Amino acid sequence: MTTSIKQLPDIEQVLSGNGACGGCPATMALRIVGKALGSNAIMLLTPSCSVASMGMTPKLGYNWPGINICFATAGSSASGITHAVEIMKEKGRLQGELPTVFSWVGDGGTYDIGFQALSAAAERNDNMIHFCYNNEAYSNTGVQRSGATPRGSFTTTTPTGKRQPKKNMALLMLEHNIPYVATATVAYPGDLYDKVVKAKNIPGMKYIEILAPCYLGWQFDMPETVQLSRMAVKSGAWLLWEAENRKISFNKPSSLIISGKKDADPVNEYVMKQGRFNRLLKGPDAESRIAEIQSDIDREIAFMRERAKITI
Amino acid sequence: MKSVTKAYQPISWPMKGAGGDTGSWRTHRPVVDTQICTKCQLCWVYCPEAVIDRNEITIDYRYCKGCGVCATECPTGAISMEKEE
Repeated sequence: MTTSIKQLPDIEQVLSGNGACGGCPATMALRIVGKALGSNAIMLLTPSCSVASMGMTPKLGYNWPGINICFATAGSSASGITHAVEIMKEKGRLQGELPTVFSWVGDGGTYDIGFQALSAAAERNDNMIHFCYNNEAYSNTGVQRSGATPRGSFTTTTPTGKRQPKKNMALLMLEHNIPYVATATVAYPGDLYDKVVKAKNIPGMKYIEILAPCYLGWQFDMPETVQLSRMAVKSGAWLLWEAENRKISFNKPSSLIISGKKDADPVNEYVMKQGRFNRLLKGPDAESRIAEIQSDIDREIAFMRERAKITI
Repeated sequence: MKSVTKAYQPISWPMKGAGGDTGSWRTHRPVVDTQICTKCQLCWVYCPEAVIDRNEITIDYRYCKGCGVCATECPTGAISMEKEE
């Protein structure tokens, strides 16, 4: 049973008046993550929008001890800190419950630049949570192509639309045989909250990826952040699932799409709503390129459905 | 939130308004109609800025950036966006 909105705790770890854009999905997600993790945590930030939005010295917009680290080091820095905390506890320099070490990283720091260190940390199974808030581009530097950018999407480095599909990072992390992997999105806060609470109580490496529709990068109207996030799930472009001990289970409403009880919405409406696909829709080959996007989504659904059947 | 009233350099301290008084960014202001509001708290959970009080459904206009997510997500239409003077 998913936690209802009224059951969410009062604690606020993202403070009002930070430097994020209005309607930012990253702070929206981080608020829910904060409610689940509580204040006893250490936050690691690689260069991303969340660093830019933490505000100006001497004030900090997040109510955690936060460390700004190099772009490629999300995995290695978190490993170092989690080991240091354990040794401090052993030597008696740290009392009480151990703080949760988590990194809050964008899709650039996870899919591309930070992948090597993250993969190594996952292989070592260090006790940390890696959050990837995925806005499908390098939005902080003005929307460049990343490994998470879907096919057909406009970025400043793919002016005619990206030609390659995105990679399934959550599945790659699952294949590192880590104890917990989950995907979530901002439109389903109860689902996200439950996944973070679950991850907090599992020792070892945890990976949670959150789809964050960025209105600037995706080029839609600012108030529609949550709507776009919901449409991504309903069209099957984003699947909500979690894998505990390598067993995949799907969450509502993605579970209905996977089990075939409900058809996924056609991708057209989701694509039309976003300005980043506009150039693609204006061209003479618009229909075939939308069909390409649809086939990427269908392939991903079919693949995940079969992958979930492997339970050993 | 820790009760820090003064920040000491070079460490930053958690405080409201780290990006300044972000309410000045607003072009439209969300206004809650308490007659229609059912206090479902959807606006509170989706607010990226944590400016909505979950029990009273009041908005802290000092920091509200006027993104309009609350007005779009409100199921009863109790929140309307009014143009700033």
